[in-house]
Amino acid sequence: AQHLADNRLKTTKYTLLSFLPKNLFEQFHRLANVYFVLIALLNFVPAVNAFQPGLALAPVLFILAATAFKDLWEDYSRHRSDHDINHLGCLVFSREEKKYVNRFWKEIHVGDFVRLRCNEIIPADILLLSSSDPDGLCHIETANLDGETNLKRRQVVRGFSELVSEFNPLTFTSVIECEKPNNDLTRFRGCIIHDNGKKAALCKENLLLRGCTLRNTDAVVGIVVYAGHETKALLNNSGPRYKRSKLERQMNCDVLWCVLLLICMSLCSAVGHGLWIWRYQEKKSSFYVPNSDGSSLSPVTAAVYSFLTMIIVLQVLIPISLYVSIEIVKVCQVYFINQDVQLYDEETDSQLQCRALNITEDLGQIQYIFSDKTGTLTENKMLFRRCTVSGVEYSHDANAQRLARYQEADSEEEEVVPRGGSVSQRGSIGSHQSVRVVHRTQSTKSHRRTGSRAEAKRASMLSKHTAFSSPMEKDITPDPKLLEKVSECDRSLAMARHQEHPLAHLSPELSDVFDFFIALTICNTVVVTCPDQPRQKVRVRFELKSPVKTIEGFLRRLTPSRLTSGCSSIGSLAAAKSNHKSGSSILSTLSSDSMLLRLEERLGRPAPAIASNGCGSQAASWAPELPREQEPEPEPERELRYEAESPDEAALVYAARAYSCRLVDRLHDQVSVELPHLGRLTFQLLHTLGFDSVRKRMSVVVRHPLTGEISVYTKGADSVLMDLLLPCSSDDARGRHQKKIRSKTQNYLNLYAVGGLRTLCIAKRVLSKEEYACWLQSHLEAESSLDNREELLFQSAVRLETNLHLLGATGIEDRLQDGVPETVAKLRQAGLQIWVLTGDKQETAVNIAYACRLLDQDEEVLTLNAESQEACAALLDQCLHYVQSRGLHRTPEKTDGQASAGFSPLCPPSTSTASGPGPSLVIDGRSLAYALEKSLEDKFLFLAKQCRSVLCCRSTPLQKSMVVKLVRSKLEAMTLAIGDGANDVSMIQVADVGVGISGQEGMQAVMASDFAVPRFRYLERLLIVHGHWCYSRLANMVLYFFYKNTMFVGLLFWFQFFCGFSASAMIDQWYLIFFNLLFSSLPQLVTGVLDRDVPADALLTRPQLYRSGQNMEEYRPRTFWFNMADAAFQSLVCFFIPYLAYYDSNVDLFTWGTPITTIALLTFLLHLSIETRTWTWLNWITCGFSILLFFTVALIYNASCATCYPPSNPYWTIQALLGDPVFYLTCLVTPVAALLPRLFFKSLQGSLFPTQLQLARQSATKSPRRLSASKDTFAQGCLPRDPGTEHSEGRTINSSMPLSQPSWHTQQPACSPEARGEPSAVDVSMPLRDHPLPEGLSTRAPWSSAPREAVPGGCPEEPKVRAASTGRATPLSSLFSLPTFSSVNWISSLSLVSRLGSVLQLSEQPARGQAGRGLPVRPCPGRPGLQGPHHELLLG
Amino acid sequence: MAMNYNAKDEVDGGPPCAPGGTAKTRRPDNTAFKQQRLPAWQPILTAGTVLPIFFIIGLIFIPIGIGIFVTSNNIREIEIDYTGTEPSSPCNKCLSPDVTPCICTINFTLEKSFEGNVFMYYGLSNFYQNHRRYVKSRDDSQLNGDASALLNPSKECEPYRRNEDKPIAPCGAIANSMFNDTLELFLIGNDSYPMPIALKKKGIAWWTDKNVKFRNPPGGDNLEERFKGTTKPVNWLKPVYMLDSEADNNGFINEDFIVWMRTAALPTFRKLYRLIERKSDLHPTLPAGRYYLNITYNYPVHYFDGRKRMILSTISWMGGKNPFLGIAYIAVGSISFLLGIVLLVINHKYRNSSNTADITI
Repeated sequence: AQHLADNRLKTTKYTLLSFLPKNLFEQFHRLANVYFVLIALLNFVPAVNAFQPGLALAPVLFILAATAFKDLWEDYSRHRSDHDINHLGCLVFSREEKKYVNRFWKEIHVGDFVRLRCNEIIPADILLLSSSDPDGLCHIETANLDGETNLKRRQVVRGFSELVSEFNPLTFTSVIECEKPNNDLTRFRGCIIHDNGKKAALCKENLLLRGCTLRNTDAVVGIVVYAGHETKALLNNSGPRYKRSKLERQMNCDVLWCVLLLICMSLCSAVGHGLWIWRYQEKKSSFYVPNSDGSSLSPVTAAVYSFLTMIIVLQVLIPISLYVSIEIVKVCQVYFINQDVQLYDEETDSQLQCRALNITEDLGQIQYIFSDKTGTLTENKMLFRRCTVSGVEYSHDANAQRLARYQEADSEEEEVVPRGGSVSQRGSIGSHQSVRVVHRTQSTKSHRRTGSRAEAKRASMLSKHTAFSSPMEKDITPDPKLLEKVSECDRSLAMARHQEHPLAHLSPELSDVFDFFIALTICNTVVVTCPDQPRQKVRVRFELKSPVKTIEGFLRRLTPSRLTSGCSSIGSLAAAKSNHKSGSSILSTLSSDSMLLRLEERLGRPAPAIASNGCGSQAASWAPELPREQEPEPEPERELRYEAESPDEAALVYAARAYSCRLVDRLHDQVSVELPHLGRLTFQLLHTLGFDSVRKRMSVVVRHPLTGEISVYTKGADSVLMDLLLPCSSDDARGRHQKKIRSKTQNYLNLYAVGGLRTLCIAKRVLSKEEYACWLQSHLEAESSLDNREELLFQSAVRLETNLHLLGATGIEDRLQDGVPETVAKLRQAGLQIWVLTGDKQETAVNIAYACRLLDQDEEVLTLNAESQEACAALLDQCLHYVQSRGLHRTPEKTDGQASAGFSPLCPPSTSTASGPGPSLVIDGRSLAYALEKSLEDKFLFLAKQCRSVLCCRSTPLQKSMVVKLVRSKLEAMTLAIGDGANDVSMIQVADVGVGISGQEGMQAVMASDFAVPRFRYLERLLIVHGHWCYSRLANMVLYFFYKNTMFVGLLFWFQFFCGFSASAMIDQWYLIFFNLLFSSLPQLVTGVLDRDVPADALLTRPQLYRSGQNMEEYRPRTFWFNMADAAFQSLVCFFIPYLAYYDSNVDLFTWGTPITTIALLTFLLHLSIETRTWTWLNWITCGFSILLFFTVALIYNASCATCYPPSNPYWTIQALLGDPVFYLTCLVTPVAALLPRLFFKSLQGSLFPTQLQLARQSATKSPRRLSASKDTFAQGCLPRDPGTEHSEGRTINSSMPLSQPSWHTQQPACSPEARGEPSAVDVSMPLRDHPLPEGLSTRAPWSSAPREAVPGGCPEEPKVRAASTGRATPLSSLFSLPTFSSVNWISSLSLVSRLGSVLQLSEQPARGQAGRGLPVRPCPGRPGLQGPHHELLLG
Repeated sequence: MAMNYNAKDEVDGGPPCAPGGTAKTRRPDNTAFKQQRLPAWQPILTAGTVLPIFFIIGLIFIPIGIGIFVTSNNIREIEIDYTGTEPSSPCNKCLSPDVTPCICTINFTLEKSFEGNVFMYYGLSNFYQNHRRYVKSRDDSQLNGDASALLNPSKECEPYRRNEDKPIAPCGAIANSMFNDTLELFLIGNDSYPMPIALKKKGIAWWTDKNVKFRNPPGGDNLEERFKGTTKPVNWLKPVYMLDSEADNNGFINEDFIVWMRTAALPTFRKLYRLIERKSDLHPTLPAGRYYLNITYNYPVHYFDGRKRMILSTISWMGGKNPFLGIAYIAVGSISFLLGIVLLVINHKYRNSSNTADITI
């Protein structure tokens, strides 16, 4: 009954018939259009008309027609692409022909059965009913929808998967109920009701979404549930966003002023006309024209008419072309931003995308930046760094060292060593394991050398196939101690697997180690693929597919006999043995149970590996499942690729692989892990409880192949997981031991967090049969429930994940993106407040903040961690009080720091310098929730405003958007939100400008954003250069527009005093109407698009120039009114000079008006040329063209018709004028007289009170020598340094810490003994090259000049800078020149000190002093120091 | 399955290509235009850079101004107000509408002789020929000799479109209010016998107006015949075909009429009335001496406080006498020069400081 949409795609807005009315209707939504049309229509009223009615309509029609044409073109191209898509073909089941026939996409209807083959694009939202895959699975690639390149798995609807024969649509009789079409890609709910009345729930796992591509599956059949515009893909497809920029809002306000001015002028004119009529009407004045019937108008009526006519005549004051011009300029600006080659990222082959076309100038006015951390500041490329298992820490020094080498190799990329084999080398890196540590480091080094750019690009192309696996992630050097333990486990397990409880033979620690790696390997959703050969399913199947569906099934499977019966195992062993010999497929019957587990082998082949390894073969034959595929030893090993949904997962899997614990296969119901001795272990995967942001953990429920126990492996955030652990009694030794392990682990976790690592806890739970059965029952209920299924599943998961046994924890590093610290520094110099809103834990966030220089060592950090609303209020008060008192007492007081101790200062007291900028605020999610309450938000904002940077940790997406909203509305500030993930979408949408990073984590953020950048560092150029330019250009253009129109209208207004306020115009109506549109439009457009007030380099070296945009220096009410006053003055001059020149002469109205028009045009052009800062050939040409066009049009127009164009009748006027010297003389003197004051004041201001921008422009055009010199002084001036730094060497080093800060993770190689033995030259260049320093910054640290000598070929201006700074650097640089000085130690100690902050300054004065002097000090003692203060702080 | 993987490869862009390969990238072109690096002149407005402009303007404008001023001063011009509002004026009697026709005579003396061609203007003040409704009140087609427009003038002419059911030719308020005083100039010679000065009627209108814009309606030789079916404007004394005796200066192409129809820009204006051509190089066109002006006073202006004047003026290369333009040039030039000096001082005083003062926060 209800009409269901077909699959026709129709994105066009119009049809041929509806185009005109609909388009006009849409255009009239714009108020300005209505206004201009109304005024044009007013012209049709004879009593008030000012122009020829048809003519008055011309400009409006022109604008409307241009817009309509643009719309039509866009619609047509949409239509064409729709047509293409609609006519794609696919196989649809035809009931008539009883077979699948080829149909167009648009002919698909809801309820059709569609058969798709591999690599076909899915035409509609289809419920998967059958798959060629025996497991009823299929894989789809969702890159078109969310940009994620990993394959997603979809499942055949339950009830259809068991079908043995091919699915026959004719037999399908079930009823499908599903929810109404919606745009939530992550949700699908419904149920399918079979004939027999059985209901089965449907979920998103069953749905193939339109736009995705079928992969790795031969064919699937499904039924269409949503088609055409009801599909989720199309519902998600919202067009480009329209925002109104701040400048435009301001402009609209000034347009209103203009309207007011217009009304005033018209009123004034109306009153004047009334008086005039009253005066002359009765006096038989021969020039008085009565009404057409001879009666005379009453003065009041005449005034009303005059008012309306004046509005028509002066309509130019509200410029019709302004809106069009702004659109054009913005489109051009967007084009130029898109075209900027410096915003192009080679690695991802993407450039900046402007998705919003009309807020470019907002980029120049941003005050607050809200940034996500993961993926935005960091690369979102996870590197496994360290782990702790069972309370023992494995620091992976060698791995750290190797990573350091990567950077080092990066820095040496100039010395390209061509190596032909580098590609193949790299290809095999992944499979080279611990055995070849040395070899690998060499090979990695070499391939990095082969041009890291190209390499990175290739790597990124590779990673298109394999999400989240760069060579760095895959390549992990195992910790020898841990490796030892793992292989010990492996060996002993292999030995012990005959026994009943193999795990029991291990010591608790080793068992933990084993479980830890099993958890790393299987507790995820990673899909395994092989890059170099077709994807093959290594198939070991249970007869019962998929996880247990019923309790009965579960019980049947878990019969005790199977688990315990040794004889059956032995029996199977025998069978297995025989099978090995025969090499035929194995059917191993395992138990005496009625339900036998049938093992079916498809890809079986004789396993020489097993044969060669007696122990292994035995083990294998014991196992319920047999390893079918064992690679011939030793090489080539198949390189497996892991496609993970999140980079953390991939990192962990690769880490486990480094310990020879390889994930070799994952099906929906089983996971296979391969160990060197144990061989392949296949875990029966009972459930996967996916990750969600509320639980902050994920779990898998598996049956352990060795023990047969039901085990739950959980990994998740430590904050959550630590609370879920099995409470251990302190009575028995075991419990105490556990407690100890936990506290140790917690300590290490804190340490990792302090080190900026992302931490994950790994835990395990062994379920008893009863427990599991009990849980399973409720879980199945939850799964099959139709309403609030998510809620029930959530609760079910929570029930399962309790009483966990802690195995260990991992620390994963998320590397900072290139150039982040520099960008942050620049943006801060530019006066931008940067807030980081992250979901990460506080310590991690704080450390990343230090690393990217959001926090400085020498600044105070206020930390707000409140447990309750009251506590939060109290803390806020305390902080506020402190900040205020700090503001009052600007002298450095040590007690300041102590005062702040109440709210745990991360920064030690000694550095609380009064001269420094405000403190930084760190707040966690819970406190943030309190602080965002109505009662506290004002206080919170007030405090945050005082702070230099704000860090919100553990914040939810909603909180992120609330914070942005709060700042935006309460502080009335311009906000920019930047993020890369789905969790940033709300924040991006709320902010004035949303920026998405088109990075690792899908496309949601980009889809919601106004601008999409490939990397965080491009934000610098986008804001500081393009933002500034766009703002300055547009502001100037808008001002110029107001000036131009006011000035032009002024001419007409002054004339009213001499024509009886009759709304007469001396300027021909044609000129009047087309002046803005034709004659004076081009030059300003060119200026608006191309003008550069300050060159890009100067803007980048002086980020503080950005403040002019923030403070709205170019366009504020003051400048607006100044501009208007100048316009009034100029119009007075331009009116009265011709007036006096032609006073009491025989000039006629239009012969006098034409020179005025000419003068106006010349004045506009000259005015524009005063305002234009850069003159390219385009400017010259357009100016010349404007003048030429005016005269050409005038000459043609004035010669064309003798009797047309009443009433002006300008026949031969311009021709006559061109023969008149007075015309030239007037046209020469008037513009000069009109512009002299402006030019004078401009140059005066340029000399006496130059703005920062003018100074920058001046020095940018001066000689390079002066440029660098001024930069130097400039940098010195703009970054006030602690006055105390001059006194001691130690202080100097410390204050310059930020320089080495970004590379702090390189301290570890320096820490390890090997690193200290390295030749020094290479290591010195490492941190410096890796983080090229901006000119302005480098000079501020005097000592930086010395190590720079080690870098060959730096920036061209470097020598000068260095020369400029050597004066200050004398004491240290002399030290550096000592031949004995070891740069390694110097660097390492430097980074150490930077990590320690100034606590060390006080407590370890001698040690630091030594480090500062570069004496060979063992830097490692710093580490306990590092833990010390922070630790205390964390617990306190 | 092998197919599948390859197909996927193809979709994704194939295997990574060699570093030197010419893979198509989205890298923007590195052209000067696209990168906004077009070579540009970047003027900086400071006292130092701008002051030459001021001096140059001063140096150019002042001489021009002086030249114009001198030229303008050499122009002879005499203006005689004959409105007659003052009781002493000979034309005072004509203010009352009863006296028709009213002829009054005004004596005046030329102190210096007028050389070259002399232009005789009538000037009106406080006469709003530029009023919007007035300016519109005409029919150019009719004036262009369009036969249909002659009998059916445009609506713009209302209320001077029809009179007594006959179309008015020429219609409209402008034509209706045409200036119709007659001015005659006499030189009172030594022998006290007044000598009339020859006033040339033709050549006072624009050539294009006379030959292109204004045409009499088509028809036979008789002008009256051509205007048949029309009536004269209400205020006129004679119909349009009786404006002049000469055929090529009668009807719509009467030059007095054409001149009047070119509506003045400002409420105080003059219109060319007659030409006094110089006869020989030896004698001045108007020698110094006493003259009298004979006025047939038809045109009332005192109702609306208007003034009527007769102006005699010679012209120069730049037209009639107008001292303003010269003064304007001199003034602008001098101001510019002065400002230039101010800038020079400022530049000298602040150059050092402005050069060393660098950006500070």
